[in-house]
Amino acid sequence: MLQRASPFNVVSVALGLAFLYLPIIILVIYSFNASRLVTVWGGWSLAWYRELLQDVAIQQAAWISLRVAALSASVATILGTLAALSLTRLGAFRGRLLFSGMAYAPLVMPEVITGLSLLLLFVAIDADRGFWTVVIAHATLSMCFVTVIVQSRLVGFDRSLEEAAMDLGCPPFKTFLTVTLPLIAPAIAAGWMLAFSLSLDDLVIASFTTGPGATTLPIRIYSEVRLGVKPEINAICTIMIAVVAIGTIAASLIAKRGAARRERAALGAQV
Amino acid sequence: MTGEPENRWDARAIVLLPYLWLIVFFLAPFVIVFKISLSQTELAQPPYLPVFDIDGGWAGVIEFITQLSGDSYQLLFSDLIYLLSYLKSLQVAAISTMILLAIGYPFAYGIARAPRRLQPLLVMAVVLPFWTSFLIRVYAWINILQRDGLLNDVLMRLHIIDTPATWLSSDTAIYIGMVYSYLPFMVLPLYASLEKMDDSLLEAAADLGCPRWKTFWLVTLPLSSRGAAAGALLCFIPIVGEFVIPDLLGGSETLMIGQTLWTEFFSNRDWPVASAIAMTLLVLLLVPILFYERLQQRSLEGGR
Repeated sequence: MLQRASPFNVVSVALGLAFLYLPIIILVIYSFNASRLVTVWGGWSLAWYRELLQDVAIQQAAWISLRVAALSASVATILGTLAALSLTRLGAFRGRLLFSGMAYAPLVMPEVITGLSLLLLFVAIDADRGFWTVVIAHATLSMCFVTVIVQSRLVGFDRSLEEAAMDLGCPPFKTFLTVTLPLIAPAIAAGWMLAFSLSLDDLVIASFTTGPGATTLPIRIYSEVRLGVKPEINAICTIMIAVVAIGTIAASLIAKRGAARRERAALGAQV
Repeated sequence: MTGEPENRWDARAIVLLPYLWLIVFFLAPFVIVFKISLSQTELAQPPYLPVFDIDGGWAGVIEFITQLSGDSYQLLFSDLIYLLSYLKSLQVAAISTMILLAIGYPFAYGIARAPRRLQPLLVMAVVLPFWTSFLIRVYAWINILQRDGLLNDVLMRLHIIDTPATWLSSDTAIYIGMVYSYLPFMVLPLYASLEKMDDSLLEAAADLGCPRWKTFWLVTLPLSSRGAAAGALLCFIPIVGEFVIPDLLGGSETLMIGQTLWTEFFSNRDWPVASAIAMTLLVLLLVPILFYERLQQRSLEGGR
């Protein structure tokens, strides 16, 4: 839309952003509060971060969460990319309706249902619940997000590039590796990051599918939060927000630079 | 083309892995949930009866079937707690979705009207909080809403209230939490549909002397209805089953169905009833979920 923004438009965007960011900013500021009370400002302090350094349980939970997230995101990315390729490139195949139904459903399925059903599956097949069951559960949840992201990229790109490669005698698999894959790589990377953060974020499904010795960070935080606000939790949340913010900004900068390079390359090719 | 048959076979193999994965870890679990919802609670491990025993042969299968019962479902419909939970969940989801539409539409509209080069930045600003933990975002509101929290502090300093008001453990807190957590899900599909809109349509309306509000009503709103529907479904469906937000921000008088399921499962260890709640919830959400899937397929696989 090219029409000028009216004052109403500016105000609604400003209010929307304020609503989204104020609570997070307040949380970050109070993680540096020397006082234990939220309403009392006791000056700047790193006391809660120091306390965090001594909290072995939280550190262990964080380490487990990071490993679960990395593993499940990788599995989800492979499965989700394959699913996206199947849905865009295979045309009609037997069982397509069921497949596409299953591929999008976890996106909106309430977490309590997914969690409960996966747990009952693990119990039925007598699997030991713990680290690996959480990985499988998270991979199942996040693969559909990867599917949607990669699929929207596959739908949007120029198939004549692939056809050109094939016409010039490039075998299909090699075409996929040298033409298709580089083109959808940004979407795959974005899918992996989203899957990673979804896994790091999830409380409900992890609570259902976890077992002894596999307490993830959200489960740990949740059990603390239920007992009330604690400044240490503010501190760990601030660290997580910082990691996410830096990661997202870095990723978008890399994507921008990549786009600029591609543009230059395209110009060069034309000249 | 030569070599077509093998190629097609090669290509088809890629669907096998995700297909099998989804059947084993997504579809099969629902069959099991359905089966256990027809079982009876038992003080055992696993805590339900009958346990399907493959060694029993045909006789075992028949015995298994005769032991199935609809007790859990009967309980769901006879005890008012469950019915109230379902109604409460639907009410919270419906009202939250309406508030989200009311807040999200002007927000998305404003972003679509912003200068072109600012738009990606604004979209990223909307997405960024979504990347931070859900739990953190809900927790942030406890800081603000609790009795000796910031909101009461500010209101009392401004002399709007004299004694601290109770914000936490109320429906208001639930709505604030829902709207806050789901806002990006509403804004993004709305923005996507508004941004795609053809300017010349608006210009044409203006040239023909249509007032701005009427253009909005007759052109913009209908053209963005698909985005609004996607956003509303993307919020409504998960909110019905939401657990974390009502558990941390809500009160204890009426529970939402996600909490009831959680309690039945973790506290009462009544797996059959928890499964029956899940099955009923699934049936309740089947229509919106199918509707959402159709929208998703249309937008990803081209207009069909």
